[in-house]
Amino acid sequence: MNTTDVMPQEPLRVVNVGLELFARELEAQGVEVVHVDWRPPAGGAEIAALLGRLGD
Amino acid sequence: MTAMNVGAANREALERLCRARPAWTAVRPAREAIGLSGRTLLHAGPPIEWKRMCWPMRGAVRAAALFEGWVRSAEEADALAAAGEITFAPCASHGAVGPMAGIISPETPVLVVEDRVNGTSACSFIADGPWGHQLRFGAHGPETLAGLAWVRDVAAPAFATVLEREGPIDLASLMAQALSMGDEMHMRNAAATGLLARRLAAPLVAAAPNAAELEKILRFVTRDNDQFFLAWSMCAAKAAARAIEDLPGSTVVSTMARNGIEFGIRVAGLGERWFTGPASVVDGLYFPGFTAADANRDTGDSAIMETYGLGGMAMAASPAVQKIVGAKSFADAVQTTRDMGEICVGGNPLFPIAPLGGDGTPTAIDIRKVVQTGIVPRINTAIAHAKASRMIGAGIATPPSGPFVDALVAFGERHPG
Repeated sequence: MNTTDVMPQEPLRVVNVGLELFARELEAQGVEVVHVDWRPPAGGAEIAALLGRLGD
Repeated sequence: MTAMNVGAANREALERLCRARPAWTAVRPAREAIGLSGRTLLHAGPPIEWKRMCWPMRGAVRAAALFEGWVRSAEEADALAAAGEITFAPCASHGAVGPMAGIISPETPVLVVEDRVNGTSACSFIADGPWGHQLRFGAHGPETLAGLAWVRDVAAPAFATVLEREGPIDLASLMAQALSMGDEMHMRNAAATGLLARRLAAPLVAAAPNAAELEKILRFVTRDNDQFFLAWSMCAAKAAARAIEDLPGSTVVSTMARNGIEFGIRVAGLGERWFTGPASVVDGLYFPGFTAADANRDTGDSAIMETYGLGGMAMAASPAVQKIVGAKSFADAVQTTRDMGEICVGGNPLFPIAPLGGDGTPTAIDIRKVVQTGIVPRINTAIAHAKASRMIGAGIATPPSGPFVDALVAFGERHPG
């Protein structure tokens, strides 16, 4: 497979969610990045469900 | 408990914290002000028994036992405590706060701060005396005992006389002014100390027993101790926080405190129950000759400042504190305050932060938001030596997230869907 099959010809514009390191690495390569500071809630699915129930 | 009710309860918690107007009203022995009796000692942080106490707290227990006349030596104090002859309880559970080891004994004079808006009051350990060798760091030698006795016999009565003659001193407006002068009121109280000294100076002339003691009292308040006001700021914050200590349905943190072994929180809607995890190693700047290897783990009730929305929450208001606690830059401090805003219910208009366009300091920590975001409160703090009675630096403590998760689970169990 040619890399042009999977890589867009247009300049990359990336939305990065979670680990900021990835955004900074892409920025260092001149890629336009919007970083979303997000991390999964501590405690897994049970806690996520609890937060959903007690959320505003 | 519906989500809407949690939100309403939390907004009520924020409102109570914001409308608090703490004022310093009295200085009295803990025996009277807190109702301590017998061989009872209050300590910083969540509950802990003698055998698990860290070195600074054990040293402070020795000082208190000697000060009370229960024993004649440190060894006797250890034996008394080990025999279960001293009752220990958290300051936080008795409407009180103590810095570092936070030991308060029945004859210890304490500040009394009242918030007449919410109808609450709180008490705080004042200080150890003007000679260093501080009880809060575990000192228990002759200098410490002399300092405690001088505060009891000279400084505390003089302060009490000032208040009797002048009336309460409004701490809310003093702290608001100090914030605008660069204090975050946990690790920087330079402006607040100056404002308090200005307020006390003239009345102390008549209240002090003689000129020599007047000079000692004024040196006690002003000399080489920009942190003198911390007892007042902690007491004011505690008086405010007591208004949410039992607020059904609220997930707002009502107490954060450390005993040098464990970090603990209490939550408004869960009353007296503590949720604990290991006290953190403080990331900070050390005085020359000391390193993190010398440090005790995070300790003291002073995290009541962050509970109230000051200290680490107010980093953006205090460029001067950055070098004290080791923040990287002003931008870093601003980001810290913004991060703290992510886990709080709102801002306190009493404490506007000029660099943030006058937004109030982030206030009312919501355990739901802590768990949701993974952001824990940042606590500005002094660092105690683990095996010697002295401060060795200052920094920022990052508490464990476990207590916040455990509290959320407990809240969910109390309010099943």
